[in-house]
Amino acid sequence: MARAKEAKNIPGRFGAYGGRYVPETLMAALEELEAAYAKAKKDKKFQRELAELLANFAGRPTPLFFAERLTKKLGGAKVYLKREDLLHTGAHKINNALGQALLARRMGKKRIIAETGAGQHGVATATVCALFGLECVVYMGAEDMRRQELNVFRMRLLGAEVRGVESGSRTLKDAINEAMRDWVTNVRSTYYLLGSALGAHPYPTMVRDFHRVIGREARAQILKAEGKLPNAVIACVGGGSNAIGIFHEFIRDKKVKLIGVEAGGRSLALGEHAARFSGGSPGVLQGTYSYLLQNESGQVATTHSISAGLDYPSIGPEHAALHDSGRAEYVNASDKETLEALALLSRTEGIIPALESAHAVAEAIKRAPKMKKREIIIINISGRGDKDMGILQENIRA
Amino acid sequence: MIFFRSQPGLVAYVTCGDPDLATSRAVILSAIDAGADVIELGVPFSDPVADGPVIQRASERALKNGTRLEDVLTLAEGVRNSRPLTNLIIFSYLNPLIRYGLPKFVKRAKEVGVDGVLAVDLIVEEAGEYRLLMEKSHLAPIFLAAPTSTDARLKKVAAASKGFIYAVARTGVTGAKTDVRGDAQQLVKRIKKSSKLPVAVGFGIANAEDFQAVGKYADAAVIGTAIVKIIEEQSAKAASPEAVAAAVGKFIRCVKKTT
Ligand SMILES: Cc1ncc(COP(=O)(O)O)c(C=O)c1O
Repeated sequence: MARAKEAKNIPGRFGAYGGRYVPETLMAALEELEAAYAKAKKDKKFQRELAELLANFAGRPTPLFFAERLTKKLGGAKVYLKREDLLHTGAHKINNALGQALLARRMGKKRIIAETGAGQHGVATATVCALFGLECVVYMGAEDMRRQELNVFRMRLLGAEVRGVESGSRTLKDAINEAMRDWVTNVRSTYYLLGSALGAHPYPTMVRDFHRVIGREARAQILKAEGKLPNAVIACVGGGSNAIGIFHEFIRDKKVKLIGVEAGGRSLALGEHAARFSGGSPGVLQGTYSYLLQNESGQVATTHSISAGLDYPSIGPEHAALHDSGRAEYVNASDKETLEALALLSRTEGIIPALESAHAVAEAIKRAPKMKKREIIIINISGRGDKDMGILQENIRA
Repeated sequence: MIFFRSQPGLVAYVTCGDPDLATSRAVILSAIDAGADVIELGVPFSDPVADGPVIQRASERALKNGTRLEDVLTLAEGVRNSRPLTNLIIFSYLNPLIRYGLPKFVKRAKEVGVDGVLAVDLIVEEAGEYRLLMEKSHLAPIFLAAPTSTDARLKKVAAASKGFIYAVARTGVTGAKTDVRGDAQQLVKRIKKSSKLPVAVGFGIANAEDFQAVGKYADAAVIGTAIVKIIEEQSAKAASPEAVAAAVGKFIRCVKKTT
């Protein structure tokens, strides 16, 4: 919207992207959140509390594991796995949930709402709410409730209320719409714990900051293991939180390729995928200006992915800027390639990744054989596959 | 120039293309003849986060039959030609406007005789280019003021708005019940401190009683969901466009008469 040049240094802008596109009713809450976060960020006590929870509750640091058999099988670059799947609750989402819940508590908010796609952010939010004794309501598309049924039960077991959303394509986008409607109604009492690097400022920046620990650890770990930086870092991109979290620490290392993998779905026809950089164009959805899958009259397109966590028509605005500047490259993996990658990683390394993360594995499988043996790839394994057993049973003959 | 002929003024919202454009046209003309001062022509959107279930369903129906921004502008042109004096506002989420192209949209809106534009998810701070374009074309940019807006924000809203200021009666989406003597009255009082523009109160104004109560402290009231609901009920009975329009006209007369 705003022209790129003048927008460059506005907080919440990434090049031309980002910003705040919300009804006025939410503005005071966003300003309050921005101020509270700025204060917490500088507060040593907040940072110490968060670091301690990340270590003792979530299980950080996560290992960087050399996938030796996969490397041999692919016959090219050395493949390392950043094991976010080993975190408590099974995905990177807990990094952000802990950070924001601590912030909500400081702000004196007692009611937390969240949206969830794959259910991992919902589970992480339900978990931190149980830990802090906060009321928790999670919005989830009815289609996602079906395909991620186990996570629905986990959230309820943790004491959260899960509200099914029947509108639109009944997936992540519709869950966010409903969460925003709740927030706009209960804005005075409620904290919206958004689960990806999406939405209106300050969310994309704040969520990224809470996930930067992934890249910070990975960079130190690879330097320790190999004495050099990787040639490529690969991560799947739904809203973009795990990817921006691992990318950020490497952005200034210009020689490190940053590769985001979107959901290629069944095909690249509109409606059949969620690859925003293949067929999307800049637009505004749910508070932010970014690439968006939409039709010629600006209506948001439906999307498809075998993984609920990547099944979303827009993408975090910082990725839009990294895409346009060429600093990161965005590719996609189809449902089929993803299932094959998931099976391969399971059998060669004994690690069953989440379907989301398997998209990143699929890209590494394409890329590693074409690289030199002394070159290095890090794949961010953003989560584990336990939640996906139902879909996998439907799709893979084990 | 936007002005309210009656006191309090009545702003009527209609989701265009629900259930079809012919009905929208008939309803709008009937609303004008029943005494609506301003018509808000709602552009349907796939993800209406500020709207409750009634307007969500209306948007879905309008999109299902392919209603586009261009169609809404053409509808506005037809209404303008038949009723030269009525104030017409385009009420939209931002994305359809951006996709159409803001400069092209503003130019076309002016051509067809639109008076102002309200983009629900566009706050003053993000509206630089938009305001410049609107100013050049002499279109009124209308912004929302909310009960949660700080006084500092209300000042910004007042400075950026033309025509009138749209005061959101309560926190929440369109359609839910409003206590018109609570948040809304406070908000109007605060707005009046920093602006001489007329203030219209909207969100949840459903009947003559609400309308009358709002009229005691504001310049106008917006009626949206209540009208859209009549359209929904009438079209469910397969009523003709004229019959739907007559029902809406009757409702508006009834709302206005009691004041
Ligand atoms: C394991 C896992 N990875 C990735 C994602 C996608 O989100 P993001 O792009 O924000 O990392 C999800 C979202 O549900 C997830 O559960």
